[in-house]
Amino acid sequence: MDNIMDRIPILKMGQFLLVTIQVDMYDRLAMALQDDLTTKIVEHNSKGVLIDISSLEMVDSFIGRMLGSVASMSRMLDAVTVVVGMQPAVAITMVELGLSLSGVRTALNVEQGMSVLNGLVAHEVEGADYDSEE
Amino acid sequence: MILKSETLELREDNAVVRVRQRARALAIEIGLGLVDQTKIVTATSELARNTVDYGGGGTATLDVINEGNRRGLKLTFSDQGPGIENIDLALTDGYTTGGGLGLGLSGSRRLVNDFSIDSTPGIGTTVSITRWI
Ligand SMILES: Nc1ncnc2c1ncn2[C@@H]1O[C@H](COP(=O)(O)OP(=O)(O)O)[C@@H](O)[C@H]1O
Ligand SMILES: [Mg+2]
Repeated sequence: MDNIMDRIPILKMGQFLLVTIQVDMYDRLAMALQDDLTTKIVEHNSKGVLIDISSLEMVDSFIGRMLGSVASMSRMLDAVTVVVGMQPAVAITMVELGLSLSGVRTALNVEQGMSVLNGLVAHEVEGADYDSEE
Repeated sequence: MILKSETLELREDNAVVRVRQRARALAIEIGLGLVDQTKIVTATSELARNTVDYGGGGTATLDVINEGNRRGLKLTFSDQGPGIENIDLALTDGYTTGGGLGLGLSGSRRLVNDFSIDSTPGIGTTVSITRWI
């Protein structure tokens, strides 16, 4: 019943990291995920992080804060975080709770989240080309 | 009238998850819709965490109640911790003494139908929430 686990697995997919939160997350697990993601972004020089929260039945202020800090941390490490799959009931509740998730990019599902990430990375490469031509 | 009651210990963050799961099960049992379930479970998570983090641990009591012809889920979080000096301030959006977002008390109040808080410095804190169907 308790879903006790030490770590939430992080998958590496090319230049992106993929996290699927499938457990009823307790606070220490959320903090561990935040640390692990930072480490892995640096280790793999990742350009994007996709966090799938479609299994999460609620997002409270603690999880909301964790998602926000992952987003700002990854930004400082030159990576983009996209949170995908938020259930409608969760979104409604978060708004009423007062959580805005400002600064966190969202997409409806994994597929759309991946295309957001791919688009951003492609854009960055184009930008680099443009600079070198000047 | 209390139709059903259970009390769970709240000592650490795993217990917060357990209380959340029981609140969800009872919310489903009394027939709350998905959004209302999510609201009471989210408020539960906030208040249970406060009991653990600020109250030094305590208990959560989950009651299925009946009043007239309506049913509700009432949750009561109690601790014998330091208490809250200024309740109005603690209920302000963004107010935190623990580096949080300061949305636990104020946000929970918005998520439920009834909200009450009783806190005495040096004695402890009790917060009750109810969602009616
Ligand atoms: N059970 C409690 N015992 C003592 N103080 C509490 C308790 N619950 C809340 N507080 C106080 O109220 C403040 C606001 O709580 P909350 O709205 O949940 O925000 P946060 O948890 O982010 O600090 C806390 O920072 C704390 O000072
Ligand atoms: Mg709180």
